[in-house]
Amino acid sequence: MSKFDPAAAPIPRRRLLAMGGALAGSLGVAGLFPAWARSGTAGIAHASPHATAGSGVLSGAAIALRIGESHFATGGRSSHAVTVNGTLPAPLLRLREGQTVRIAVTNTLAEQTSIHWHGLLVPFHMDGVPGVSFPGIDPGETFTYEFPLTHSGTFWYHSHSGMQEAVGLYGPIVIDPAGPDPLACEREHVLVLSDWSPIHPHEQMRRLKMMSGYFNRQKQDLAGLLAGKDQSLADRLAWGQMRMDATDISDVTGTTYSFLVNGHGTAENWTGLFAPGERVRLRVINASSMTNFNFRIPGLPLKVVAADGNPVQPVETDEVQIAIAETYDFIVEPGEVESYAIVAEALDRSGQVRATLARRMGLAAAVPEIRRRPVLTMRDMGMDMSGMDMGQDGEIDLSKPANESMAGHSMKMRDPAVAPTVKMGPGVATLSPMPVDRLADRPTGLEDVDHRVLTYAELRARDPNPDPRVPSRQIDVHLTANMERYMWSMDGTAMSENPDPIPFRLGERVRVNLVNDTMMPHPIHLHGHFFELVSGEPGNRPRKHTVNVLPGGKVSFDLTADGEGDWAFHCHMLLHMHAGMMRVVTVRRDGEPEERHSGHEGHQGHMGAGEG
Amino acid sequence: MAPTLSRLILAPLLVSTMPFAACAQEASAAATHDHSSMDHSMHGMEMPAQEMPQPTATPVMDHSAHAGHATSEATVSDQPGDAPPPPVPTDHPADRIFAPDRMAASRKAMIGEMRFSTFALQVDQLEYRAAKGRDGSGWDAQAWYGGDIDRVVLASEGEGSFGERAERIELAGYWRHALDPWFNLQLGVRHDFRPDPQRTYALIGIEGLAPYWFEVSGQVLVSDKGDTHARGKAAYQQRITRTLVVEPEAEVDFAFQDVPDLSVGSGFERLELGARLRYDRNRSLAPYVGVHWERKLGQTARLARAAGDDASGVSAVVGVRAMF
Repeated sequence: MSKFDPAAAPIPRRRLLAMGGALAGSLGVAGLFPAWARSGTAGIAHASPHATAGSGVLSGAAIALRIGESHFATGGRSSHAVTVNGTLPAPLLRLREGQTVRIAVTNTLAEQTSIHWHGLLVPFHMDGVPGVSFPGIDPGETFTYEFPLTHSGTFWYHSHSGMQEAVGLYGPIVIDPAGPDPLACEREHVLVLSDWSPIHPHEQMRRLKMMSGYFNRQKQDLAGLLAGKDQSLADRLAWGQMRMDATDISDVTGTTYSFLVNGHGTAENWTGLFAPGERVRLRVINASSMTNFNFRIPGLPLKVVAADGNPVQPVETDEVQIAIAETYDFIVEPGEVESYAIVAEALDRSGQVRATLARRMGLAAAVPEIRRRPVLTMRDMGMDMSGMDMGQDGEIDLSKPANESMAGHSMKMRDPAVAPTVKMGPGVATLSPMPVDRLADRPTGLEDVDHRVLTYAELRARDPNPDPRVPSRQIDVHLTANMERYMWSMDGTAMSENPDPIPFRLGERVRVNLVNDTMMPHPIHLHGHFFELVSGEPGNRPRKHTVNVLPGGKVSFDLTADGEGDWAFHCHMLLHMHAGMMRVVTVRRDGEPEERHSGHEGHQGHMGAGEG
Repeated sequence: MAPTLSRLILAPLLVSTMPFAACAQEASAAATHDHSSMDHSMHGMEMPAQEMPQPTATPVMDHSAHAGHATSEATVSDQPGDAPPPPVPTDHPADRIFAPDRMAASRKAMIGEMRFSTFALQVDQLEYRAAKGRDGSGWDAQAWYGGDIDRVVLASEGEGSFGERAERIELAGYWRHALDPWFNLQLGVRHDFRPDPQRTYALIGIEGLAPYWFEVSGQVLVSDKGDTHARGKAAYQQRITRTLVVEPEAEVDFAFQDVPDLSVGSGFERLELGARLRYDRNRSLAPYVGVHWERKLGQTARLARAAGDDASGVSAVVGVRAMF
């Protein structure tokens, strides 16, 4: 509790890093963690970044990454991993807005690999998606990515090949602003959230195709019914009649996953240090392959200052559901309390991971119990009529004719008329009959917790949106599935059926309406662009690269198609993408489709050894 | 089209023979018929949310305010236009930067990697049957290879008493094709190694998941001797706790004519009822205990009794369900 605890003082950073390393070393895990991710880290310096040997932070204009085979163990589970420079998570890339970076990626695997710079606006051929933007990096080959950094913020990188991001290939990116950082704090920590399974994702997929509830150990049961838990008998029958499972919330779960913060499970208790009175900036990245996390620090309000790398007008909250592939920057002020538990709880409550924010190593706050798993509602089926009946003031008038027509209505779950663009087939089990905009909804499972929960509608961009035009057209994209057969698609067509791309004109402004016809939230990611969520008054709408579309609901975003080329557009639940919930988005100059890519030659990726 | 097809197959199939097929039929019918009872005005219901001018959605909004209205469109002027979309391009810009043949191979690999096709072995029952008289065994398993829509299935079921020739050994090979979200068509053959004499049947059937989570299937079988049979099955998994599952199951065979060679009489020939309580902690290997009751029916039962056999028997079972 001493205020003069040397370990808590912010200054002797080198000593701290060394100490953290020694501690981690004594646990026998130092080899696999870069220093910034080791337990007991003092955090990353917010001042001018420069690479420190062994720190796991890579900076400068030329960076070398080596992708290889490793083993990884946590919480009693050990398995094969794919890592970058031998670490999991991969090294932190600390770069500066305005610089041009050359990143040479060498593949020492026996299979192809790739790295995608998630959220960075790069020329399309540097985006790193094999089969869309480049050929991939073959075994033995070195591919050099080269691109300018046109913006700042918290981002991450991961493989886009062979489901390697599920076995460890992910790492954080921090880009400091060109000028002074208005969000600068006394201390910063990077927290990479992830999920880890000893079962390879291909095998997970196979088991889910055999039995879609394979990993779900939290289905409703008779004991629960008799005990008055979960759905009533009438509801269970109604849902059973539709062959819908109100507990089908995550498909790969804590049954096989260990959940990690910077590669550390709960027992390893990753600890980030702080000193009393400091403002601490947490850069939180959900690098999971299949897990949406509920993130909170009990007792410590989170001031949200950036989402997906883009600054937002600060908004204070107590809990944030961080969807896969999203990043959030929070500022917290831990004050005099000695330690806080950082809790990331899987959306379906099948597990959680605890880390610690503490004044010195060895402290740990109480770990909260995992809360009761949520049960889906009619609203998650796109069948909620209450939105129609209630105004903002909560007025409910049961005498209105609209209500009468809805009363006792048997809503059809598969009416092609509600989604004419969807190709109906065995892969589409349901269409949301009445999808409502859910941007202001609390996310799944946090509807009734008794503290503040961030909703997308609370986010307002700090900086004015760069393109104030009203979209000249709009398109609907349906997120479709047959959850029982474990089939996932967009507009009823899986990526493996080689559907037409979604075309945009260079520079045009388009509204994209995402309609979720499934009962699971889908974090949808568009490569190469930020889009503005259609929420609140235009002008300062939140800019994001990934948006979580709640079950049965819809989300609209406005997009300025300013990234010429081809881009991936997909659900960031790795298995959903792999099963088909993906499209290619094309951005082309009007009129002259063939002529104008000569300019790209200069940025061309450099193929090294192993090619030809 | 798909539901129609499944009804076509089902309708002549076992409408009279078994309640389970009827259940399946209702299922596929439900998928289509609901449409008519639907009030289509509801599609319009979405529109007010979009068109309604809304007061500013304040940044801090209680979720109970129901976003449907709040977020979508703040002002009428925010409505997108109706400009036509551009044509779908057929070129690949990456081809101008990287070797086009490498890109073509890469595109093919990306699509190919997402095409799911795999092998699975699912043993629903593999059990020891303890009965008065003579103990025996029974099994019901299938292996398949394929993707979501089309699969090749090898299925086997059978039973027998220890120390005797097996009573039934069936091996079926069929193509399974997804008809709609819930039901699959089966087309193939079944060969019965037992009873004697061996028979080969052409098989057509449907299987699927009926409302309320009933797993149902119905098959029509025509033998190389021209005799026609039908089989219906239904099962239901009731979770008692998260790890204890009770699974009642029924299987019924129907003969459309006498088949003296097989000691089968026209009409219902055989009924099996079982209930198994499974410890489902490990999906790959789940042990169970249960009870199995089997009875020959009608003319077939009379033939059995005339031959000095029991027409019915009940056994206690212990076994495993496995998935690989």
